[in-house]
Amino acid sequence: MKIMKKRAVLSIAVMTLLTTFLILSCSGEKKEEAKANTATQNASTEKKEVNPMDNKGIGPIKNVTLGEIDPGRAAKGKEIFQAKCSACHKETKKYIGPAPQGVLTRRSPEWIMNMILNPEEMVKNDDIAKKLFEEFMYVPMANQSLTEDEARSVLEYFRTL
Amino acid sequence: MKKINKTAFLLLAISLIVGLTSCVQDKSQKGALAGSTAEKVFVAPGEYDDYYAFLSGGFSGQLAVHGLPSGRLFKVIPVFSVDGEKAYGFNEETKPMLETSYGSIPWDDSHHPDLSQTNGEIDGRWCFINANNTPRIARISLKTFETVEIIEIPNSAGNHSSSFVTENTEYVVAGTRFSIPVPQKDMSIDEYKGNFKGALSFIKVDPDDGIMSIEFQILMPGFNYDLSHPGRGKSHGWMFFSTYNTEEANSLLEVNASQNDKDFIAAINWKKAEEYIKAGKFKTVPTKYAHNVYDESTHSATSTMEKTVRILDPAALPGLVYFMPTPKSPHGCDVDPTGEYIVGSGKLAAALTVHSFSKMIKAIEEKNFDGEAYGIPILSFDATLAGTVQQPGLGPLHTEFDGKGNAYTTFFISSEIVKWKLGTWEVLDRKPTYYSVGHLMIPGGNSRKPFGKYVLAMNKITKDRYISTGPEVCQSAQLYDISGDKMELLLDFPTIGEPHYAAGCPTELIHPYTQKIYKLEDNKHPYVTKSEHEAKVVRDGNNVHIYMTMIRSHFAPDNIEGVQTGDRVYFHVTNLEQDYDVPHGISIIGAKTSELLIMPGQTETFVWEPKNIGVWPFYCTDFCSALHQEMQGYVRVSPKGSDVPLKWSLDGEDL
Repeated sequence: MKIMKKRAVLSIAVMTLLTTFLILSCSGEKKEEAKANTATQNASTEKKEVNPMDNKGIGPIKNVTLGEIDPGRAAKGKEIFQAKCSACHKETKKYIGPAPQGVLTRRSPEWIMNMILNPEEMVKNDDIAKKLFEEFMYVPMANQSLTEDEARSVLEYFRTL
Repeated sequence: MKKINKTAFLLLAISLIVGLTSCVQDKSQKGALAGSTAEKVFVAPGEYDDYYAFLSGGFSGQLAVHGLPSGRLFKVIPVFSVDGEKAYGFNEETKPMLETSYGSIPWDDSHHPDLSQTNGEIDGRWCFINANNTPRIARISLKTFETVEIIEIPNSAGNHSSSFVTENTEYVVAGTRFSIPVPQKDMSIDEYKGNFKGALSFIKVDPDDGIMSIEFQILMPGFNYDLSHPGRGKSHGWMFFSTYNTEEANSLLEVNASQNDKDFIAAINWKKAEEYIKAGKFKTVPTKYAHNVYDESTHSATSTMEKTVRILDPAALPGLVYFMPTPKSPHGCDVDPTGEYIVGSGKLAAALTVHSFSKMIKAIEEKNFDGEAYGIPILSFDATLAGTVQQPGLGPLHTEFDGKGNAYTTFFISSEIVKWKLGTWEVLDRKPTYYSVGHLMIPGGNSRKPFGKYVLAMNKITKDRYISTGPEVCQSAQLYDISGDKMELLLDFPTIGEPHYAAGCPTELIHPYTQKIYKLEDNKHPYVTKSEHEAKVVRDGNNVHIYMTMIRSHFAPDNIEGVQTGDRVYFHVTNLEQDYDVPHGISIIGAKTSELLIMPGQTETFVWEPKNIGVWPFYCTDFCSALHQEMQGYVRVSPKGSDVPLKWSLDGEDL
């Protein structure tokens, strides 16, 4: 009797497992999502000390080559910065957000541009951005809908600070 | 025994699994769940509805945006009435929208939305709707879902046979329900007959920017012009209006306007009207009507008073108007997708009357007339008749089409929708409505290309359909699936105001093209502040203009001094955000415009008249971030004539 019960429990367990498996495999999208989640979890649990300059951030910008400072582009960048960013960033002092002065010694150019262009994902999934989000009292970095070219000009302006 | 047991369990498990998976995968086929009505209207969290439905707000004066098949309400677009939620009619920018020749009118009665068309198909650009009481037509942008224009209709009263759109949106048409003296004058009401007139207005729509202008009015005999619909396809260039009270009664109409065996459907040849206009056969008459336009770059409306209108006299202009006799006070006047059939729903008739456009043209050519009314030829009833739908129900009101050769007519008295076949006139199906249906809507119904999957019934009586809210119960619509041979009731859902007509179209015609933000660089508001450095406070006599910005989560400036009692303080507030769905709000204690709701990149203004000295807080009224509660500031109010200087700052620093 006892054995019977045990076996029944076992079979039910198998059944439940199988059903669960099948339901999971039915909804393909969910599985992908789950996979993506574990991937990011793995990424964040691998807490190796990395050089922040090697972190390119998450977003459309994969590679930026910096040449001589282009004064025309920097001037344009200043204009954009004044219009779209200065409500929260002051060039030389910590304000609602951090000061951009010297940011190129702390962060890679790709990271800076991705932070401008893709702040929502950055504060969620990028380790440095996540820490900054915490430090700046969870005021989200606003996505000011800059184009890549505009973000590149802002970066050029930062190089002159 | 044990073995059998185990095998049985396994088999059971497998069959269960197979059963389960086949259920999930065979959604499209007739499985165990396929018959579920709930499933047909269920839009899973995060998923989108297939159709937009724009329902008139009736006596709320607004326009409601719902999704179908879920019935979910997305937005109430303020049109003819002030709306505290969005400060429409309260902020300085939208106040001019409600101006009329009678002054500012805070609310109205909105009836019949219709969508713009190109080549007879819905193009997803604009929605038009009429104000019934103080006659106006509004245009709503389907990019911003905001009212961008309102034009008043002079010489009109009870603007009911409106606002219907021709197949290339050449015109939005507005007809008067009540005839009146034109021009207005002090005269005995008893002299109505023969002296009162009904104006039918053709409002031109600019094909590029949508700007409306009254092209001409046709001054008709003193009947009641109830509803209208445009010709399409072969009948493009014609507009059809139902009439009642051809008796020209001016009292106890419920008896006196129901005497004639037949009233008319008026067929207007507007292409002919254009020829007459070109030939100068119009009279320019003085009048007064407001034309209010909201400029999307200055985020501000202006109101202009127009002074004249061009009038065409149908008695003097042959070929402009013909009357088609139609039994018993026709209400709905609906044209099928091919443009061949014009359905007149005689409210008190036992049968539905369907006219044929080609027969009408033939009758005109053959001068098959049965007399005239005030110089307008009356076509012989039999000459234009295509057929009748016999004994379809009681109290027919409106008809829509599915594009598959079927028509759907509402019956108010017998409270049902009846499906019948065009051409054979046979009744195919009938389904009750709960209760007393008025209009109905099939997405794309007033076009060459209806999307015949659902019909929406808008009911006049709700009674016991929902949990009670006292004597005044909610307004209601019902959704039917019409994809099969038989209609199937899927859903009841509440609506705002009294929903009269509605317009609908597939989601993909509008959703991908909607505006997300207002670009700061395109903001041409005269009091815009494009960055915190430009924030300032300017005194001009007793007027104080605050140029203020907002971004998560602070105002700039947030400390202001030097304001005095008796000042008129204008808060011109620009939202500096450039990201989707980050609006901010603002309000200050004692302000009569209690709240602004400002979209990213937008500037709005409210006026505050401080009565008492003190330090008064203002704050963000729309939850914007984790530090929303910190988004606040103060204005110091000193006595009139005080020497406290005008000063503004943020974080102790001047801006």
